Amino acid sequence: MSAVIENHHDDHHHGPAKGLTRWLYTTNHKDIGTLYLWFSFAMFLIGGAMAMVIRAELFQPGMQIVQPEFYNQMITLHGLIMIFGGVMPAFVGLANWLVPMMIGAPDMALPRMNNLSFWILPFAFFILLSSLFMEGGAPNFGWTFYAPLSTTYAPPSVTFFIFSVHIMGASSIMGAINVVVTIMNMRAPGVTLMKMPLFVWSWLITAYLLIAVMPVLAGAVTMMLMDIHFGTSFFNAAGGGDPVLFQHIFWFFGHPEVYIMILPAFGIVSHIIETFSRKQLFGYSSMVWAMLSIAILSFVVWAHHMFTVGLPLAAELFFMWATMLIAVPTGVKVFNWIATMFKGSITFETPMLFAIAFVVLFTMGGFSGLMLAITPADFQYHDTYFVVAHFHYVLVPGAIFSIMAAVYYWIPKWCGNMYDERLGKLHFWLSFIGVNVTFFPQHFIGLAGMPRRYPDYALQFADWNMVSTVGAFLFGVSQILFLFIVVKTVMGGKQATDQVWEGARGLEWTVASPAPYHTFTTPPKVD
Amino acid sequence: MSFKYLHNLQNKIISALLIFSVPMKADWFALNMTRGATDISNEVFELHMLIFWICVAIGVVVFGVMFYSMYAHTKKKNPVAATFHENHKVEIAWTIIPFLILIAMAIPASKTLVKIYDDEAGDLNIQVTGYQWKWQYNYLEDDVSFFSNLSTDMDEINNLVPKGENYLQEVDEMVVIPVGKKVRFLITANDVIHSWWMPAFAIKQDAIPGFVNTAWTKVDKPGIYRGKCTELCGKNHGFMPIVVKVVEQSEYDEWVSGKREAAMKMAELTTKDWTAEELVARGESVYAVNCVACHQTNGQGISGIFPALAGSDIVLNDKERNIEILMEGVQGAAMNSFSYLSEVELAAVITYTRQSWGNENNGDGEIVVPKDIVDYKKPKI
Repeated sequence: MSAVIENHHDDHHHGPAKGLTRWLYTTNHKDIGTLYLWFSFAMFLIGGAMAMVIRAELFQPGMQIVQPEFYNQMITLHGLIMIFGGVMPAFVGLANWLVPMMIGAPDMALPRMNNLSFWILPFAFFILLSSLFMEGGAPNFGWTFYAPLSTTYAPPSVTFFIFSVHIMGASSIMGAINVVVTIMNMRAPGVTLMKMPLFVWSWLITAYLLIAVMPVLAGAVTMMLMDIHFGTSFFNAAGGGDPVLFQHIFWFFGHPEVYIMILPAFGIVSHIIETFSRKQLFGYSSMVWAMLSIAILSFVVWAHHMFTVGLPLAAELFFMWATMLIAVPTGVKVFNWIATMFKGSITFETPMLFAIAFVVLFTMGGFSGLMLAITPADFQYHDTYFVVAHFHYVLVPGAIFSIMAAVYYWIPKWCGNMYDERLGKLHFWLSFIGVNVTFFPQHFIGLAGMPRRYPDYALQFADWNMVSTVGAFLFGVSQILFLFIVVKTVMGGKQATDQVWEGARGLEWTVASPAPYHTFTTPPKVD
Repeated sequence: MSFKYLHNLQNKIISALLIFSVPMKADWFALNMTRGATDISNEVFELHMLIFWICVAIGVVVFGVMFYSMYAHTKKKNPVAATFHENHKVEIAWTIIPFLILIAMAIPASKTLVKIYDDEAGDLNIQVTGYQWKWQYNYLEDDVSFFSNLSTDMDEINNLVPKGENYLQEVDEMVVIPVGKKVRFLITANDVIHSWWMPAFAIKQDAIPGFVNTAWTKVDKPGIYRGKCTELCGKNHGFMPIVVKVVEQSEYDEWVSGKREAAMKMAELTTKDWTAEELVARGESVYAVNCVACHQTNGQGISGIFPALAGSDIVLNDKERNIEILMEGVQGAAMNSFSYLSEVELAAVITYTRQSWGNENNGDGEIVVPKDIVDYKKPKI
């Protein structure tokens, strides 16, 4: 690949505006990417603080720090904030920064909508968090908000929660449309679909998933709103409604949602492993097909979250088999990553460490996922800490490690400075140890019989809960170090080269470091 | 003043430390699922272990190759990377082999599932109803019915006294079933969704308002088995355990006749002449079990969600509406009908709320006797 580098256009200057208005009015994909990333970091810390409250309460049996009512508000907000405020906006931020640069486009296709889709997000989370101070407290029905606990029996703040989810949904849909339109229309000549970098592919598929399922979520919360305020009985059995219908609708959104949170991670990790193995990615086309199969299968497995609601035998069998099938394309991806490393020329910089940890720990989350797919065994696992361990393994050392890996990998391109490698490695090892000490014992606690969403527990679960809490605080504290490293890198550090990494491939490495405010105003030539 | 406060704080800290330093039963080895007490639970355990070991085996192979690469293919040892980037044979192999392994897992899993879904009638049918936050059990053949509440002391939960061995796993009334008989549970709920989980029987079935789910078991060994609610159902989700006592048939029969006698005695109480003091004394315990979670010990409720009873206009002055709310619940709110309580319990608890927290002096002071409830229940023309 070769490219025309466009970074000396001082004759008609288009640098960023000065001051606060730069960020308020910006339509620049890099500015908006930065906004998304900082916003998600802030949410990550707030959601993390809530996790610390949860783990502190669970340090020992008995109620010590909070009351059950507040504990339920914490688990609800922790889940909502981490999913909708932490992981999803972080991936959108990365898409904003990287997709145009990777396909040789000057910006996102719909820059004004891009601005809007970011700037409504802070309001959504302001509304959600303000519910903590309302009479009756914040939403307390879990991030899955099953009716009728979230309708007839909910605190009054549920209406604000519904409004907030609507705004988040609108933001996600706009972001997704922008990604699709950009990728479909703005690829530089020569960047055919099957030549697109995998991160771009992963986001194209993710964006379609978002467009398909966010309206379903909006429908679910609107039906709740009708039940609460307008006398309908969608989910109210006493009025002829069906509480199980809520779960079907929710998980029809919810299962693709979990792939929305992992597909971009697949893309990121593919790039990083390729770079630091100094070897072309193994099985590019099978990677693409695997992601497509996972995305399609994600629409026919939702009821594996509902094995205990009393589905007929035929449905239980179908959803068990369909769920197990997802292991095949997921396996292909893992094998491809390992085959890429095989006979490579590997070095272990911080992004690579996070990427390797991703492959190992995500695969462990995949194993527990496979166990959960087995319906009869799921009767024992369902809604216990085994499930908590499973989804935290795929989300924390899965999605979140991939985001951290991406930050270390691309931050030299974003701000022109290298991060401090020694501190980066320290951050990795603290996070790696912290995450495993936190979540590995939760497998034991769950198998031994502790249900999730319990503010207090029987004595036989005491030992491993204590260990888990220690790990959680280690992990929590090490993220302060991450914040420090990022700020330090933005402020200064060793000047990065344009190529940054010896083995890196792709158009983003052909522009200067830091990337100029406008890149590829003339499309690069790609062979 | 501040000195006294510090002194109190100091005492609190010391007592807290004393309780924490009591050695708890160490359970570092509570690592795995247990076999449970039925054929099905054993089968589920075998299935769990089978999949676990398959996953371990795959993990050893896959991570083995990966760690080997990380060791042998570093830049130092292998300065120039190989250039291969696809191999169709290998790729087809690692698509088909996992597929075959999955089929090998799916066959025993499907067989066990079919067994669990056996729909034949049981020797004994028990209707299980979830409430916020307790379970009700109705023995359909034996005409026995009761509620089962957590019996752990609040002081244990609040760390004021040491915790007992069955902390949060004990109830005031256990479900009793006979050994070796096929028992069917018909599971439903009265308010929000709950889930009835008994690990030793490998039963976890959601209790959903408007639905009746079924599950069955046949337990071969007498004993006491403990389970929990596993669907978030509000504030006290963690405090509504399940305890099943499996006994010999003769012991079960005795238990049934004992329960029936107690029910008859209760019925007699309805016609007795009650004084306000007797009703208040009885009502206090009914309140403690059924009402205190929402309306609180001091009758103040929780602002914004659960209304206060102390000073409530209905409790002070409107006896008829007071009875109606208890019998019918409040549409669209967390207050459910409590018509399943006995006439005596209802009369006692209403009287208690009308005679406590200063209500006795601020309202009409009227008491409710069991006959009022009986009259309410009579068909209105």
